[in-house]
Amino acid sequence: MEQLLQQIVNGISLGSIYALIALGYTMVYGIIKLINFAHCDVYMIGAYVGYVCMAKLGLGFFPSLLASMLVCTLLGVVIEKIAYKPLRNATRITALITAIGVSLFLEYTTMFFASADVRTYPPMTGFMAKTFKMGDVVISAQQILIALITVILMVLLQLIVKKTRIGKAMRAVSLDKDAAELMGIDVDSTISFTFALGSALAGAAGILVGVYYNSINPLMGVLPGLKAFVAAVFGGIGIIPGAMLGGYVIGIIEVFVAGLGYSMYRDAVVFAILILILIVRPAGLLGKNTGEKV
Amino acid sequence: MLEVRNLHVHFGVIHALKGISLTVNDGEIVTLIGANGAGKTTTLRTISGLKKPTSGEIILDGVDITNASAQERVRIGISHVPEGRRVFSNMTVLENLELGAYLRKDKEEIAKDLKKVFDLFPVLADRRKQLAGTLSGGEQQMLAIGRALMSRPKILLLDEPSMGLAPLLVQEIFNIIKDVNSNGTTVLLVEQNARMALQIAHRAYVIETGRIVLSGTGAELMESEEIKKAYLGG
Ligand SMILES: Nc1ncnc2c1ncn2[C@@H]1O[C@H](COP(=O)(O)OP(=O)(O)OP(=O)(O)O)[C@@H](O)[C@H]1O
Ligand SMILES: [Mg+2]
Repeated sequence: MEQLLQQIVNGISLGSIYALIALGYTMVYGIIKLINFAHCDVYMIGAYVGYVCMAKLGLGFFPSLLASMLVCTLLGVVIEKIAYKPLRNATRITALITAIGVSLFLEYTTMFFASADVRTYPPMTGFMAKTFKMGDVVISAQQILIALITVILMVLLQLIVKKTRIGKAMRAVSLDKDAAELMGIDVDSTISFTFALGSALAGAAGILVGVYYNSINPLMGVLPGLKAFVAAVFGGIGIIPGAMLGGYVIGIIEVFVAGLGYSMYRDAVVFAILILILIVRPAGLLGKNTGEKV
Repeated sequence: MLEVRNLHVHFGVIHALKGISLTVNDGEIVTLIGANGAGKTTTLRTISGLKKPTSGEIILDGVDITNASAQERVRIGISHVPEGRRVFSNMTVLENLELGAYLRKDKEEIAKDLKKVFDLFPVLADRRKQLAGTLSGGEQQMLAIGRALMSRPKILLLDEPSMGLAPLLVQEIFNIIKDVNSNGTTVLLVEQNARMALQIAHRAYVIETGRIVLSGTGAELMESEEIKKAYLGG
């Protein structure tokens, strides 16, 4: 039983990270039907910004979190402006290849400036270094932090999307671009805003991973990016609560597989899930099965 | 109010509009009728800014808006109910209507207009919390019209509002268009249902493969032999 609880605790931490990344995939897909392969590298950049802030500039966690989110927001907006906007009317495959190009560009530019070496976040001190024991279940302060920050960001996101003017514009553009334009919605800036939101969340995920796992490297985004993408598909791509749910489910499954002693298969299982969903329920858990298939 | 001068529109090599000119005066209902593929939808989409013309001019109240964005055109009073209704299916009726007032800041006036729309379409008031995609075809058409009215337009562009509706509903929609017009909104109505359109229109234009081939008052065109043959079933 303790074992089980412990796995769930660990799974929630990992799942939070996947969920934060998956949200960016799903929102961008929802609005321009593009699988933004560069998104996982925005997350990586977020981890590096956090590293620079905490290890080099000696900033605390929260200012570093804000810095990561801010830099990633800008990066996301710039990527959209430079790489994707000119391709708005191009075929989907063109945009997809461009996204892969942007992804490689970010990875190797980071390697150029920061080297391919693994970097380690400074050890946490004070409260952040604490662990709490409940029976045999160990929860670290970092895990609490990850779970809390993720939930707060998700609530904020939901508020933005459901209640604000720009959030309504986002949903309108996702549903029907022409009709949105006829309402007087500025479609370009709405798309830009969507990239900004998704990238900010990826930035948060990046620094949280840095704090949690300590080590970062320029290719660190690739695998979590793919898994977050699986999470987005699992929940129903384009559907925000779907990405949240998918993130947690994938995170928990992965930890369980590892916990059962099949650590070698933890990645394979996630991709097996992807294949399974695409066969059984291509629109995802929360999707309507009439929707567009990925 | 609205003047379109010598409008040409291309889709790649397809020359869809070949010099369309038309005028809509303040307070009028003007209808544009024509067969499938004649260019009716393209005309409206070009007027509302969804499609850029190759050449020609669009003038609203003396101001050249040919190069204005769609957003700008909504702001200065053009509202377009697109072909096929295009309501935001995954949003509620109320959210759809609120989006119609997206560019407006005058909260109290918006609330008044919302009430007006609900008076015009009581069924929408009952279903304000319902997702637009779950409405019937007729209700969706009402929502699309209501949503367009929420921007408080000077001119309302309607693209085949009767499409796919039962005769009784068609009559209701046309009555509403007349109502809206008599409350001061100018209307440019695209229709395949020529008989109904000509009945309520002050003036009409006939479009054939991208050209205006005939124009006159609604009554005149109703009597025209050509029109009877081609559009009114003899
Ligand atoms: N997006 C597009 N790409 C290519 N050609 C188009 C496009 N939209 C319209 N056309 C062409 O332009 C011409 C006019 O089409 P339009 O939709 O304006 O006709 P319509 O009068 O509205 O017809 P309907 O009564 O069927 O709605 C047609 O020949 C059509 O094939
Ligand atoms: Mg049409």
